[in-house]
Amino acid sequence: MSDNPNNNNLIEIINLKKYFPIKTGFIKKSNVQAVEDVSFTIRKGETLGLVGESGCGKTTLGRTIIRLHQPTSGQIFYGGTDITHVNMMPYRRKMQIIFQDPSASLNPRMTVGEIVGEALEIHKLCNSKKDYTDRIHSLLSQVGLNTEHANRFPHEFSGGQQQRIGIARAISVEPEFIVCDEPISALDVSIQSQIVNMLEEMQSTLGLTYLFIAHDISVVRHISNRIGVMYLGNMVELAESFELSRHALHPYTQTLLSAVPVPDPKLSRNRKRIVLEGDIPSPLNPPTGCRFHTRCPYAMPICSELIPEFKEVEKDHFVACHLMDK
Amino acid sequence: MNDKKLLEVKDLHVSFFTPVGEVKAVGGISYDLGYNEVMGIVGESGSGKSVEAYSIIGLLQSPGKVTGGEVLFEGRNVLEFSNKEMQAFRGNEISMIFQNPMTCLNPVYTVGDQLIEAVCCHESIGKDEAKRRALEMLTMVGINNVEQRFNQYPHELSGGMRQRVMIAMGLICHPKLLIADEPTTALDVTIQAQILELMKDLQQKTQMSIVFITHNLGVVAEICDRVSVMYAGRIVEQGKVDDIFYNPHHPYTMGLLRSMPNIEETRHEKLIPIDGTPVDMLNPPAGCPFGPRCEFCMNICLRENPPLIQVSEGHRASCWLYVEQAQIACERGEEIE
Repeated sequence: MSDNPNNNNLIEIINLKKYFPIKTGFIKKSNVQAVEDVSFTIRKGETLGLVGESGCGKTTLGRTIIRLHQPTSGQIFYGGTDITHVNMMPYRRKMQIIFQDPSASLNPRMTVGEIVGEALEIHKLCNSKKDYTDRIHSLLSQVGLNTEHANRFPHEFSGGQQQRIGIARAISVEPEFIVCDEPISALDVSIQSQIVNMLEEMQSTLGLTYLFIAHDISVVRHISNRIGVMYLGNMVELAESFELSRHALHPYTQTLLSAVPVPDPKLSRNRKRIVLEGDIPSPLNPPTGCRFHTRCPYAMPICSELIPEFKEVEKDHFVACHLMDK
Repeated sequence: MNDKKLLEVKDLHVSFFTPVGEVKAVGGISYDLGYNEVMGIVGESGSGKSVEAYSIIGLLQSPGKVTGGEVLFEGRNVLEFSNKEMQAFRGNEISMIFQNPMTCLNPVYTVGDQLIEAVCCHESIGKDEAKRRALEMLTMVGINNVEQRFNQYPHELSGGMRQRVMIAMGLICHPKLLIADEPTTALDVTIQAQILELMKDLQQKTQMSIVFITHNLGVVAEICDRVSVMYAGRIVEQGKVDDIFYNPHHPYTMGLLRSMPNIEETRHEKLIPIDGTPVDMLNPPAGCPFGPRCEFCMNICLRENPPLIQVSEGHRASCWLYVEQAQIACERGEEIE
């Protein structure tokens, strides 16, 4: 991986780390290693999915990429420029985020119009008052809401509609890149597919690039071009999405895929499932070597000693596992 | 199937009397459950699936009220139980596990104390005997180092472990029926898989019946024998799990199944969503609650609520589309068109 500016990588992450310091005793301090040495690229116009269990650092990674968290170390390149330490103001117009909980991420004291229009004012994107209202109305209709909804407050909407408001806010500044942080996990099943379809349509009409974070691998597989699998702050596997679901190489990805309940009774009766023992270890005190070795069914002595390298084993298929060296 | 029924719910109505009006959370549902059977109840949030379960076990809180119907447990009407009878019934014969194991365990008592309390409430046995039972139960639900876990507080356990404790507590008096209210929703997929395997295993060992409430169709496919699909407080379709998944009849069930990404898909296919928004339970639409979102909606659907029609053996759907086929209400034939 190199920071060659004439390839079509929009975002390049190199050895990114994010630790959160916490107090563990009276004086003693230690770090929660939320993201540990992650490197990957996001290509222009693609959807990169990010899956993993809660606490694996996927949300922290997403937020660190758009610098809502300052990285502990490592570099973030956006379109070839290092943005790890720059003033983010010009980049905020290009990078936006959609949050998980739509009701918590909308200010209850602002009307929908104010919420959607706030970024327009901050970035001075409108010349006149009329232009401003027109823009808000067109944004609302773009996400399938009515123009009269602009004067209402967030609590008057259902969860699915609130998420639409959050999406309208994100696209108001015409960004190139959006971090979708579990945008559908708080929604009902029948509403989820509406939002997924809308995100897909917006991607093709507006030419967006997504980082799509979710714990539901079946939805991620549907929406993403490529998928990255995270475990305890590490990225363990990254591949094209159908390649990953058919031909997963990392034992953790295999377990994750087999753990998802399939809505097909015959298939689920005949399916052999890999059930992991135990729980996810604490990121305060992660296992040595490969972080998955404590739960891995194929663990070898080397796994507890040496951190496996995240490398390309087949074309566009990256894995961090000692089994690949055999 | 066995003729003798463990649980029969007949035309159950539950309403919440709120300051802004009556919300009919459950609008007349009926189903039965045999011995050694797992019934799944699927529905979106607000479809009344939890409220229905709370009424069966008598935990419905004000302003909620059962306004009609019967719940027969081995022939006895649960809704007419006195407080004392209810106390003996709950825990002994019927038991419940909840969605969020953190909020349902008492944070100031150890796991062991809570388990012992559950046994001692229902059976007149000594503390030592109760402890032995509790330890045995903890081992049964797959907890290691039981002696150590026994003396720990809920916050010291992980989410999956807490749910195991909840299950142990639910099963310690060997109930005939377990109501599981979204027991895996708050858990990660790998932990969810563990808990599902455990529940399947325990069900086979103890031969108890389970009412499994969830919104996840994948979980239903995995664990249930029969399924009831709920929408806006009504059962819209009911049948064996294979019938529901491979031969769905109600447009809502069909829509739900179609809107999920296909796990076998090898190229990108567009999802087919169900249009519209969930029902506002304060002002439910007249007629079929799903009517406004239904692609096959007819005039009659917006006026009258359809009856539950038998479409094949043990498979019923509440939809006007099948009224003609079932040759019920022949005289309404022209009107349906």
